[in-house]
Amino acid sequence: MATLTLNGNKYPYQSNETVLDTLLNANVEIPHACREGVCQSCLMRSLDNSPPSLAQNGLKDTLQHKKYFLACRCYPKQDMTVALPDHEGNEIIAEVSGKELLSADIMRLVLSFEEEFSFYAGQFVNLKRPDGLTRSYSIANTPAQSNTLEFHIKRLPNGRFSSWVHEELAVGEKLSVSEAKGTCHYLPGKYDQPLLLVGTGSGLAPLIGIVNDALNKGHSGPIRLYHGSRDPEGLYLIDEMQALAENVENFDYTPCVSGENDREKFTKGRAHDIALSSTDSLTGWRVYLCGHPEMVNQTKMMAYLKGASLSDIYADAFYLSSSGK
Amino acid sequence: MTESLYNRLGGEAAVNAAVDIFYRKVLGDYRINRFFGTSDMDKQIAKQRSFLTMAFGGPNNYSGKDMRNAHSRLVDMGLNEDHFNAVMEHLGATLTELKVPPALIAEAAAIAESTRGDVLGR
Ligand code: HEM
Repeated sequence: MATLTLNGNKYPYQSNETVLDTLLNANVEIPHACREGVCQSCLMRSLDNSPPSLAQNGLKDTLQHKKYFLACRCYPKQDMTVALPDHEGNEIIAEVSGKELLSADIMRLVLSFEEEFSFYAGQFVNLKRPDGLTRSYSIANTPAQSNTLEFHIKRLPNGRFSSWVHEELAVGEKLSVSEAKGTCHYLPGKYDQPLLLVGTGSGLAPLIGIVNDALNKGHSGPIRLYHGSRDPEGLYLIDEMQALAENVENFDYTPCVSGENDREKFTKGRAHDIALSSTDSLTGWRVYLCGHPEMVNQTKMMAYLKGASLSDIYADAFYLSSSGK
Repeated sequence: MTESLYNRLGGEAAVNAAVDIFYRKVLGDYRINRFFGTSDMDKQIAKQRSFLTMAFGGPNNYSGKDMRNAHSRLVDMGLNEDHFNAVMEHLGATLTELKVPPALIAEAAAIAESTRGDVLGR
């Protein structure tokens, strides 16, 4: 008989029961609805053994890779330690090792850590300051850079966390960092698939991580990055991205400005419009979207209508909450 | 015992393949796309998966009353026979594109057709 472990509690598992049955019978509250593997509301994650493949049917490949599964379709063959999607893993403590303004209102924040911490480029974490105030930020670097995490933190009007990072947080101080979350990241395989990445504002951060990760892993298909802002001041790391585009044959970079702009090096228009009109069809493409939630939702739809498969469109829409005060 | 239509079509893998094609057809059809809100695409896709699972004779817990309730908001928006026919058309075209044999397409169409009264709230 197998045993399930959730939050340190052990639940003996009866044969022919699903993980969902076992937990519900033990009066553990697990979100669920259809119980047929369709609605995906009972999504959980295994922290040790791989879930049976039936339990992962229909999930995005990035979720499968991280051992997510549907509790209502999971008949475990062996012991499993499981977690609900937002209640897994431990926090680590990291130390501020660098701060640098990238533009008038975007700060590069570099944290160093000693404990083991695994992530995929493009994922996000919750940063928590000592008094408990917490915000989500995307990781801008790749795991190849040893034991550091980089973030691009945009200062928001009346943003308590972002103002604190900009004005008060000093090198040497400590922050706590949640486990890495989110499914918007590069996965090795299909090295020749064309990639389209569209970001607005500090939504550039995860996309830079994904581009670098893809290049590190030998991605050979075209990689096109569009970064947009209303005014030229909202764009940043322009020289760095242009240098990368000059050095790497399969990487293209297009900075876009939708408002008034007299500088020739920027394309005029909204990044997602320009990105979408740059190709007749997105059939076979993989698409990554980060930034303004309306842009992300609209572009998801447009990319799909232009032929990208639903399973090839990646976006983490947490910006709504993180743009709160 | 013969295998269920759902299993003969290929189960969840078939639903996954079909949803991509079907939803694109629906959104591209000016006759009916106004019924399919574009605000939360992920939720809509989950519902289209439910629709296809049901039409494929797969596991679902929907009653006729559920079908009535799920579409009553759309009936208020003017959902009628023509719209229903358009959805049937896209269902058939999707399965044809996936090279499903005509006999199986007919079975799936019959299941969807059987919900007409409830979907249209009659
Ligand atoms: C052909 C027979 C049909 C079947 C078997 C069917 C089945 C379903 C099912 C199972 C759901 C999900 C309900 C839920 O879980 O909330 C659903 C939702 C939906 N259906 Fe249908 N449907 C049919 C026809 C149509 C037609 C003709 C239209 C419009 C042209 C339509 C538009 C919708 C929409 C927009 C939703 C989502 C409703 C919401 O957002 O609450 N369906 N349908």
